[in-house]
Amino acid sequence: MSMSRPLNEQSKVQNRLKAVEVAKQDPAARSKNFKEVVLGYTEEQALAEASRCLGCPKPKCVEGCPVGVEIPAFIGLIKQKKYDQAIAKIKERNSLPAICGRVCPQEEQCQKKCVLGLKGEPVSIGRLERFAADMEREKGIQVPHVTASNGKKVAVVGAGPAGLTVAADLAKLGYKVTIFEALHCGGGVLVYGIPEFRLPKSIVQAEIDYIEKLGVELYPDALIGRLFTVDELFQKGFKAVFIGTGAGLPKFLNVPGENLNSVYSANEFLIRANLMKAYHFPHNSKTPIRVGKKVVVIGGGNVALDSARCALRLGAETVTIIYRRSRNEMPARQEEIENAEEEGIKFQWLTTPIAFYGDEQGNVKTMKTMSMRLCDEDDSGKHRVSTIEGSEATTDIDTVVVAIGRTPNPIIQGTTPGLKTQPHSGIIASDQSFKTSLDGVYVGGDIATGEATVISAMGTGKTAAASIHKMLSSQKE
Amino acid sequence: MPNSGKHELKHGTLVEKTQLNSVTKKVTVYAPDIAVKAKAGQFVIFKVHRDSERIPLTLSSWDAEKGTISHIFQEVGYSTIELGHMQVGKRILNVAGPLGNPSEIKNYGTGVVVCGGLGTAVAYPVAKALKEAGNRVISIVGARNKELFILENEMKAVSDEIYFTTDDGSNGNKGFVSDVLKGLIAKNVKIDIVFAIGPPIMMSVIADLTRPYAIKTIASLNPIMVDGMGMCGACRVSIGEKTKFACVDGPEFDAHQVNFKELMQRLKSYCTEEKHITTTVKPGEACQCHGH
Repeated sequence: MSMSRPLNEQSKVQNRLKAVEVAKQDPAARSKNFKEVVLGYTEEQALAEASRCLGCPKPKCVEGCPVGVEIPAFIGLIKQKKYDQAIAKIKERNSLPAICGRVCPQEEQCQKKCVLGLKGEPVSIGRLERFAADMEREKGIQVPHVTASNGKKVAVVGAGPAGLTVAADLAKLGYKVTIFEALHCGGGVLVYGIPEFRLPKSIVQAEIDYIEKLGVELYPDALIGRLFTVDELFQKGFKAVFIGTGAGLPKFLNVPGENLNSVYSANEFLIRANLMKAYHFPHNSKTPIRVGKKVVVIGGGNVALDSARCALRLGAETVTIIYRRSRNEMPARQEEIENAEEEGIKFQWLTTPIAFYGDEQGNVKTMKTMSMRLCDEDDSGKHRVSTIEGSEATTDIDTVVVAIGRTPNPIIQGTTPGLKTQPHSGIIASDQSFKTSLDGVYVGGDIATGEATVISAMGTGKTAAASIHKMLSSQKE
Repeated sequence: MPNSGKHELKHGTLVEKTQLNSVTKKVTVYAPDIAVKAKAGQFVIFKVHRDSERIPLTLSSWDAEKGTISHIFQEVGYSTIELGHMQVGKRILNVAGPLGNPSEIKNYGTGVVVCGGLGTAVAYPVAKALKEAGNRVISIVGARNKELFILENEMKAVSDEIYFTTDDGSNGNKGFVSDVLKGLIAKNVKIDIVFAIGPPIMMSVIADLTRPYAIKTIASLNPIMVDGMGMCGACRVSIGEKTKFACVDGPEFDAHQVNFKELMQRLKSYCTEEKHITTTVKPGEACQCHGH
């Protein structure tokens, strides 16, 4: 690629090593609204960033992508301003690019492997992916060629990232796919968990619309295991069932006072704030949420940060994240930690709550904590922690959000005889095919892997879809 | 398509609405897949319009042949007023179910069904199922005054013995349901199981009454729910030393283990917000088409 203006070699190298910054809403403004924080590249910025890509013949970045997007190829097409072809290239491997461009932890995946990262900043692959997807959405999403229907029905349980991926991949291959979703709309964690300011619902809806245009049918309000069992889906003529029911069961701390009023699971807090749009209460949402002045959020992952930033936007005076390890051990994305700090979220590391106390109406009023110290690493490389004797402290608070993780949704496991599960009720499946102990039943996403990322759920969905296709195309009519 | 004389109903269509008394309404909704699966003790989640709350309502009756489910409710908060305003023929946007575990129905011997107020709507299918399973069914039905009794004939039809009490004595039988149960226990009537279904305070009193006699007692809990499918934990209740989710672990629990005080406190979580919305937004004005 030649640049239009001549640059001296040194500044060219410097430009190459420095990523193009992306605009964000001002922290003071954004901490009071639910609009998207990161504004995305302009065309000019995207072209400048795309020009940094070396187009490596043996690209490392692709190895880092759980769904194997041909990254240098799509960036090459952006360089040539062939945006339609760029998004088509991404969609060969990834049916949800506008979502992945926003919420994938690229710094741990594709961008971590980028060779520019050795001496400078890696190419902002995620921002370019988002740019290509947003360009397409603004113009109207094109529906690709779909193989003629083969008449075979496949049931997908759960319209989250894994289920949507399976549905899209199989629909493109000619299968008649129905997605059964327990909630009133599709998207799974993308709509009930990830807040509007990180991933607008309209973006998720546009991706679901695209999947419906591929011929996929979405059946909402259908809790499989209760409305229909897995066996009944086969009786209805489905030839395969994919289970992508996610990790939606919230964990609690199991400390005294946890059932006081205004102690929320992160799931409840985020479902009210996101899915039910409680920030529009009472006029355009009838779902209430109660956020006090002094909010504490327990946990150190992305869900804790999302909860804290929602609480701030809902009017809390102070929001403090309480994490039992130190900043370095926080599992949240670095970029989101920085966004939260800019907005004024406080952090109290190496601290754990041991009890909550309430007033006579049962509303939480104070929190007792203990300080922690980091100990040796365990086998998984995670620091163990222990409490420090005599370090008890009491703090006045009025709202608590517990964001310490989620375990698999248990309903299908309990209603499907013969389906083998793990002690924590995740479904056991082959790592290669994602086939379960039952013929014709496949899994993917958090229900198979435990709580993980959107893109890893999509990766397992891709593998499961390929296995389902292999199984069904080898079956005699 | 020629008119076959049969209406093409959509899932969620309100097919019938009746006023049972001054504060109580019954809605019958077309939901054929749910009607086939419904069992006593289960509930559904309604979300009436696009911007409505998700609210749990226990199944009062269902008809697999007609493909309908029925719910009885009082218009006490914004969402139930909104549901009460729905016109027959309109569609409740979202109806999900059946949810929760069915009541554990078998032939216990003698089953006493104690219910109060709106709880009768939930108790009726339980009493009916107990009767069908071969139990001798004694029903004790309470209300604030005689005008508030619902399903009287239905309850009579499935009970071997039935008592009606009113707080104000307007039906000639002043007292609480617990007084009647106390009398039965005093008379050494053989009781194998008690189902207590109604306001938490009533269920709490019944639990305290039967505990010393070790009579197995089941309470049907009605905490605040959002998803109703085990995800949010709004409905968590303390059962003995453990926290359980009423939506997926219940809604029925061993009444002797339930922390009713906590349940009653948690039911008041959104009193302020409820007051705010009922005074600022008129449910009759809610429409199904607006965005925001």
